Amino acid sequence: MSRLHDLTVAELRAGLDQRRFSATDLARAFLDRIQASTLNAFIDVRPELTLAQAAQADARLAAGERGPLLGIPVAHKDIFVTEGWRSTAASRMLADYVSPFDATVVARLREAGAVCLGKTNCDEFAMGSSNENSHFGAVRNPWDPQAIPGGSSGGSAAAVAARLAPLATGTDTGGSVRQPASMCGITGIKPTYGRVSRFGMIAFASSLDQGGAMGGSAADCALLLSAMAGFDPRDATSIERPAEDFGRDFGGSLQGLRIGLPQEFFGEGLADDVRAPVQAALQVLRDLGAVTVPVSLPRTALAIPAYYVIAPAEASSNLSRFDGVRYGHRTTGHTDLASLYARSRAEGFGPEVQRRILVGTYVLSHGYYDAYYLQAQKLRRLIADDFTAAFGEVDLIAGPVSPTVAWNLGERSDDPVRNYLADIFTLPASLAGLPGLSMPAGFGAGGRPVGLQLIGRVFDEARLLAVADRFQQATDWHARRPAGAA
Amino acid sequence: MPLTDADVARLARLARLDLSGEQAQRTLGQLNAVLGLIEQLQAVDTRGVEPMTHPTDMALRLRPDEVTEPDGRERYQQGAPAVEQGLYLVPRVIE
Amino acid sequence: MQWEVVIGLETHAQLATRSKIFSGASTAFGAAPNTQASPVDLALPGVLPVMNRAAVECAIRLGLAVGAQVAPRSVFARKNYFYPDLPKGYQISQYEIPVVAGGSLDITWEEGGEPRSRTVRLTRAHLEEDAGKSLHEDFHGMSGIDLNRAGTPLLEIVSEPDMRSSREAVAYARALHALVIWLGICDGNMQEGSFRCDANVSVRPLGQQAFGTRCEIKNLNSFRFLERAIDFEVRRQIELIEDGGTVVQETRLYDPDRDETRSMRSKEDAQDYRYFPDPDLPPLVIAPDWVAAVRAAMPELPQALRARFQAELGLSAYDAGGLAASRQLAAWFERALAALAALLPPTDAAARQAQAKLLANWLLTDMAAALNRDGIEIDAAPVSPALLARLCARILDNTVSGKIARELFAALWLTPGAPDDAVDREIDARGLRQISDTSELEAMVDAVLAAHPKSVEEFRAGKDKAFNALVGQVMKASRGKANPQAVNDLLRKRLAG
Repeated sequence: MSRLHDLTVAELRAGLDQRRFSATDLARAFLDRIQASTLNAFIDVRPELTLAQAAQADARLAAGERGPLLGIPVAHKDIFVTEGWRSTAASRMLADYVSPFDATVVARLREAGAVCLGKTNCDEFAMGSSNENSHFGAVRNPWDPQAIPGGSSGGSAAAVAARLAPLATGTDTGGSVRQPASMCGITGIKPTYGRVSRFGMIAFASSLDQGGAMGGSAADCALLLSAMAGFDPRDATSIERPAEDFGRDFGGSLQGLRIGLPQEFFGEGLADDVRAPVQAALQVLRDLGAVTVPVSLPRTALAIPAYYVIAPAEASSNLSRFDGVRYGHRTTGHTDLASLYARSRAEGFGPEVQRRILVGTYVLSHGYYDAYYLQAQKLRRLIADDFTAAFGEVDLIAGPVSPTVAWNLGERSDDPVRNYLADIFTLPASLAGLPGLSMPAGFGAGGRPVGLQLIGRVFDEARLLAVADRFQQATDWHARRPAGAA
Repeated sequence: MPLTDADVARLARLARLDLSGEQAQRTLGQLNAVLGLIEQLQAVDTRGVEPMTHPTDMALRLRPDEVTEPDGRERYQQGAPAVEQGLYLVPRVIE
Repeated sequence: MQWEVVIGLETHAQLATRSKIFSGASTAFGAAPNTQASPVDLALPGVLPVMNRAAVECAIRLGLAVGAQVAPRSVFARKNYFYPDLPKGYQISQYEIPVVAGGSLDITWEEGGEPRSRTVRLTRAHLEEDAGKSLHEDFHGMSGIDLNRAGTPLLEIVSEPDMRSSREAVAYARALHALVIWLGICDGNMQEGSFRCDANVSVRPLGQQAFGTRCEIKNLNSFRFLERAIDFEVRRQIELIEDGGTVVQETRLYDPDRDETRSMRSKEDAQDYRYFPDPDLPPLVIAPDWVAAVRAAMPELPQALRARFQAELGLSAYDAGGLAASRQLAAWFERALAALAALLPPTDAAARQAQAKLLANWLLTDMAAALNRDGIEIDAAPVSPALLARLCARILDNTVSGKIARELFAALWLTPGAPDDAVDREIDARGLRQISDTSELEAMVDAVLAAHPKSVEEFRAGKDKAFNALVGQVMKASRGKANPQAVNDLLRKRLAG
């Protein structure tokens, strides 16, 4: 029998149902790997809680209950609040915070019988694309310890890539699921805005935040997303649609599928060692019967300024609740109320978070609102319209996830603008609220992974996953393992 | 036009962030770099475009007027920095 | 120089919902600190607001009551500022597109004994959440924060600057107070802060078009304070200007102990609320059929009721206004009127109006005084509508005089739950039946004339006062029971003879 951590979720499912191993065996196996790992992928691990959940899953299995995720271990990005495990958002502000309730996503997965392995590291309040903005330290890329794992869901991506967890939740505001998935060589999907409840997701930018699924394959992601998604009355932006099996379209042919290639995604900004694997992956899709069509998303470049106005604006307001009064970090050095606020927040938030709060405060402030915030929202509309036009001609859009492979740790810290520019291919779908997926498409310089991004129409997750699954039937990029996990 | 030290001080006060001198300096440079990036917005003609506040054009869902939250003070105040007689304590509020 | 005072009011009415505007926590008043503060009210990480349908319905009711536009689509916005009683660091309110726009309120008041009236225009009314409370009693130099009130639904009702005196402002506040209670959207309890006013006050030379610089006086939670605060602020601004100073636009606080307003600088520093649409809350859409349903369920409004009382019952504007002061009083009056009409079916409109007028007088004078004295509401009055109707019937059919009726009323007031015929039993038991029987009266008149020859002479000598003295003597002899009109007629006949 191959080692448990190598198995796909389907194989784990079969093993559990056939009693070849127990949920407790699984939990132990992954807890041991987490214990031994040096990637710093986790912020909080509590074996006793994990094993208790595993025991419950075993009891349910013994009672004859069956379910896709019953007994399957899952790691949660530390943006989802959890009872029992600390919920820190990778911030000093919440370093010791324990939530009195579970996020809806966490509760749904618990009820489905998934076993929580702990909380994964990420950029502070999900603000970043390298996972270096964490109060608990950077996460290393399993493919190359000198490289960043991407961000902000870097811990989740690294954990899945290094097989410290078969599945992990992530959150995606401007690419935080897709970009680390790409850089760590795993599959990750951000669904349509409103699919996954935001209740219990520590808010970064409310009109963009969306929970996503990360796993070793499209098939694994489909299982996780099907359990995560669904209407939640506690989130006023949650979409009222019946639960879906996102794997329902698997096995179909790609014959005649029209894939749009935005010319703006293949300009000179795209590194050659990314372009080549992406082109090769597109050829595979053509060989499988798909037709690629050139399309245009003319305002792609403008997605960067639009996003870096809207996201900080919402963040500056969302993060005002962290004031050291009811929970979280409280300075000892205050003389009055004003200094209690200003010092607690200055001590509790890291530099990138403070930068974004200041930018957001600026673009909303008197006299600048129309020029920045309102203008950005109008641009957001135009960017969404570009997609609508493109989807008039094609079924889905494909392109790179990130202009480059993972860069080196520390290489770009203190250069925010350079980091922001690297989000160019993931921001447009986020602004339009569209589903986006990243799947392994090969490797670039230094053997660092490259992902292919698929963007679909609203509610078209099942199609994206089916195309990715078909691709993964024909390739083995998703099955490659970094040395550490081999 | 780029931000000045005074602008950053004003923003920091509005955002309740205590920026120490040298940190304010570094922040000023970085903020101006970021603003330089978002300046590009100004170039675009958006006359007649409806601002997009929500990615989905849904209407607000309303909940029935029911009391569903029991008293959870004990649990909610467990991590509170300073509590007395069930009240959250802060430095004296002057009005 | 002649100054004109300009006043606009912003009124916060706490809406009478069970749960909070964005959470399922109770809104009940007076619970132990923070026991009604849910994760949403505490702004714990990860929570989201979900709007309370009943709060929206309250806004629709008010909108319809003041003839305003109920917006088919309105938007919730965040008002960003830091304050310990504001857990999220922003207040969810409505800014650019409120749920209710326009409308007006008719008010009447007295100025130097003169009755005045005006139609005050409303700017808007919008939904928002209340903040918590900072308790300042000393916790070794700290303040205590209670968030039970945080998230209580408020309707902020904003008037145009149409009012020209503190009395007028109070009249507006009272009319609005009565309306929100009438509509059942607010309990109106001012001690508990359910109904609070902010007054925007400015002065300008009489005749000048442009407004003067205004000051906003915050959180006036009694009509008396509202009047006093405005009066003080007006004096302050006029003196300031006449001494060559200029008024600074600012927020001020009224101190009832010192009876003065003072600047609230703590809230002033570099205020910039950075309003923007709340991304957690899609636009509030109110479909026409919802508005229609609410309209169908609306009670008859005070204005309509006043008009009906005047047109159908011939009551004066003053009486009609008095009876329409509360839904309970108006209903009580209509029950009594029906009972009276059953006892003495009115022969014509005039008779019907006479009955209404008599009942109105009793309700607005003797009844009002008694209620006031005992500090109880009309529905708790020991005298029932049927009893008062019976009493008035006996006045109208000349069984008793108004004076006797007052004695009876006082007696009935002390015997709660008396049966309807108690009036007649009391009259007989005390032998208070009015004497209109001529032979009986003639005897008394003759006796009085015989006993007071002097007065008779004086009268014949042309002293009219003497006549009144004689009437008085007869009434005295009848122990007040003689029908005064009949006594008058008889005396004149006799003396003429």
